[in-house]
Amino acid sequence: MEFEAVIGLEVHAQLATESKIFCACSTGFGAPPNENTCPVCTGMPGVLPVLNRKAVEFAIRTAVATSCRVQNRSVFARKNYFYPDLPKAYQISQYELPLAVSGHIDIERNGTTRRIGITRIHLEEDAGKLVHAGAFAGAQTSLADLNRCSVPLMEIVSEPDIRTPEEGGAYLRRLRDILVYLEVCDGNMEEGSFRCDANVSVRPRGQKEFGTKAELKNMNSFRNVEKALEHEIRRQIEVIEDGGAVVQETRLWDADAGVTVPMRGKEEAHDYRYFPDPDLLPLHIDEAWVEELRKTIPELPGEKIARLASRYGIPRYDAELLSSSRLLADFFEAAADAFGGNPKVTANECIQWKDAIVAGRMSPETIAHVVEDRETGTISATASKTLVEAAIGTGKPVRQIRDEKGLTQISDAGALEAIVDKVIAGNPKEVESYRAGKTGLLSFFVGQIMKETRGKANPRMVQEVLKAKLG
Amino acid sequence: MAGIPVHEWTLLDAARAVREREVSSRELTRALLERIDRMNPRINAYITILPEQAMRDAAARDEELAAGGARGPLHGVPVALKDIFCTKGIRTTCGSRILHDFDPPYDATVTGKIREAGAVLLGKQNMDEFAMGSSTETSWFGPARNPWAADRIPGGSSGGTAAAVAAGTCFAGVGTDTGGSIRQPASLCGVVGVKPTYGRVSRYGMIAFASSLDQGGPIARTVPDAAVVLGVIAGPDRRDSTSVDVPVPDYLAATGRSVKGMRVGLPREYFAGGLDASVRTAVEKALEALVSLGAEGVEISLPHTEYALSTYYIIGPAEASSNLARYDGVRYGYRSEGAKGLIEMMSRTRGEAFGAEVKRRIMIGTYALSAGYYEAYYGKAQKVRTLLRQDFQEAFAGVDVILTPTAPTPAFRIGEKVDDPLTMYLSDIYTIPCNLAGIPGISVPCGMSPDGLPIGAQLLGRHFDEEAILAAAAAIEREIPLPRVAPEEG
Repeated sequence: MEFEAVIGLEVHAQLATESKIFCACSTGFGAPPNENTCPVCTGMPGVLPVLNRKAVEFAIRTAVATSCRVQNRSVFARKNYFYPDLPKAYQISQYELPLAVSGHIDIERNGTTRRIGITRIHLEEDAGKLVHAGAFAGAQTSLADLNRCSVPLMEIVSEPDIRTPEEGGAYLRRLRDILVYLEVCDGNMEEGSFRCDANVSVRPRGQKEFGTKAELKNMNSFRNVEKALEHEIRRQIEVIEDGGAVVQETRLWDADAGVTVPMRGKEEAHDYRYFPDPDLLPLHIDEAWVEELRKTIPELPGEKIARLASRYGIPRYDAELLSSSRLLADFFEAAADAFGGNPKVTANECIQWKDAIVAGRMSPETIAHVVEDRETGTISATASKTLVEAAIGTGKPVRQIRDEKGLTQISDAGALEAIVDKVIAGNPKEVESYRAGKTGLLSFFVGQIMKETRGKANPRMVQEVLKAKLG
Repeated sequence: MAGIPVHEWTLLDAARAVREREVSSRELTRALLERIDRMNPRINAYITILPEQAMRDAAARDEELAAGGARGPLHGVPVALKDIFCTKGIRTTCGSRILHDFDPPYDATVTGKIREAGAVLLGKQNMDEFAMGSSTETSWFGPARNPWAADRIPGGSSGGTAAAVAAGTCFAGVGTDTGGSIRQPASLCGVVGVKPTYGRVSRYGMIAFASSLDQGGPIARTVPDAAVVLGVIAGPDRRDSTSVDVPVPDYLAATGRSVKGMRVGLPREYFAGGLDASVRTAVEKALEALVSLGAEGVEISLPHTEYALSTYYIIGPAEASSNLARYDGVRYGYRSEGAKGLIEMMSRTRGEAFGAEVKRRIMIGTYALSAGYYEAYYGKAQKVRTLLRQDFQEAFAGVDVILTPTAPTPAFRIGEKVDDPLTMYLSDIYTIPCNLAGIPGISVPCGMSPDGLPIGAQLLGRHFDEEAILAAAAAIEREIPLPRVAPEEG
């Protein structure tokens, strides 16, 4: 029997706001434990939450960018459970009425477009972090660090539209790129500011009903999500083929062992007793605010890839690489526009020097000028690399470096001919052998000319002139 | 005010006397601290008394005045707070063992406003544990007693505040009212208590019982005194999203307003069975007083009244079950020692440090919010709440204020109802609908029972129309003179 996987992904993105979602504390990463806290986020008696307008703005912009419908009225609810990292003993989240619903993201795979639906986007607060006994020298009990408490999170839930691990990976990368383009999330999966859980089930191809799903957690990179999905799909198919039934459960991805394992500990069926938080009024978002924010949405990765490919005539793959960062794509456009030559070469250079570009250590002129100089033969490919390396982080014009270092090639036909003549005259025996058929000696002559010019001769022109003269 | 002892002065007189430097804040404060020393052993109205701090604050207020600056309308006036308002560095217990040693790291907005207005804080007043009760008998710190009859309850949950005001130990106090917790004790202690419109007074720093019902408000010996304190604590607060940005009017001026032509609604559901005859007579006297001044009594109906109590006992406990979940022994307050694991520590902490009434409500609320029961209980209660609100909206289309008894009976005896929660819950039957509707209410003394126990009349008004109920209450107060300070040996 042939099986098909049904996958839905739940992403928790930490919003890049300066302050927390319900108080004015900093969201800064890496502060000493419990430094970024106040009576509100530590759940002191009598405190009240006040919603961060910026967090709402970020969620609205995400909703607009993923074609979701922003709901005129959404409601914050309390999710009640006891845990030492949750000082109020409830998490403020959105439950029945989320901020936005019914959107989608298009992903392109092998020339076709797949539309992955987005069920909902809602806002909620993060919990703190527990450090258990033995985690560091002197830790004899479990300790709570509440710095993360009330850091704003946005949950983005996809429809079960994903069918393969690769599609899952492509959806996640595109979603991450969108959030980073919008500057609402730094997209860092390793640091936990972009987290993903997956719901996976399998069913015989052609069957309409969903199979029993498992929830996967603990996947901290895109690659791990894909691997965990692959493993889980294979596992479920094996269970069914062995005559068993998939159990609805939460499983953790063990990246080292490359397997998913059932979550240890008691499988308590939590009753979170959700109810609307009486401390927060329903959130009303009017159409005008959404429209105002719509104007702030930049060109998004999908549109940018298509436009770069068609406008500059570069391969789609290159356009995708360039568009993985808004800064890189802008840089490429500036470099390609500054020099009217072949954008494919410019694209290659941008991809090669991505790190320095994204770090803001290079100007588009550097790439534009080396690409132009290479095309006119003014510099060699080797010199081009040397020049770019020398220019990174200095702010010095690359052509000034070129002249200072004397990296210009001799591409003047007259000058080269004189040198070629001199070398031919100085090596009569070799000329004779070459003309007798030992054409392999051409490299000998090239070498002599390079020696004569201390490497500055344009190798392509040297060959042309030599061939002509040696006849 | 020659001849009248300081503890019988009105707050307005005291404030004027300090401002005009007829008396120093230190003299007033010392007099009231002495009064507390004399009265508190009998009435147990204070959980925490702050003699040194109060004298220090009084001295500072006197210096400020000498330098030519009064902070505000309460400058140098000694007042106190129900022990539910957070006071930075001053123990705030909420009447519970679980917070018996809790020093808040911050001030409630009400605390801050009282201080900014120049008041001197005498102490923190006794209350039912987490404001759950109608008699102040559920306090971990022992019951407060009614100064008019020390074997009787002062009402609750702000019973300590009402008893303290009636005993002349402070010029005013601030209490909280979730289902009648300001008005009912005010009525039973013969003082004035205002439950403002929901959103009128910031809830920030006021320890939550039922967030959608809780509201802070003044308890004082006269309506004008209560009006001044209300003016100080009212107003929007950016720390409380449910506070409402409506300008704060001159409440004191409203107490002088004529009631001529005022339409006074009398809901027939509030004058039915279960109402004590002496209470009925006293409230009728209050109506007569208003009518004699040109107001008009109009019989009205609030048809969903009979559902108010059960609605309240779903919504209140549901919110409380969540609000009180933070008291787990992890970060502050009482912690049970010797537990083996986390769950055991939390369970034992809560089991040992919450009283029976609090546990009862946590359990009721947890049940009402549980999966499968939510719609039948919490969902249904919210719908009934809407109907109750509509009752009032429709009534207020035809009347300006509504007059009812505040409580069905005068103060009952300590221990009389403590083991019978349902009977106890009925003491709030006339006050609860006002909280569910979010409208303002006031209790004003209007008579005495044959046993010499105070009786209060309740006036309810439109949202943010505290002025109308203050005007009517002040008129009743002027027409029906009653003693405001309880006798020394009640």
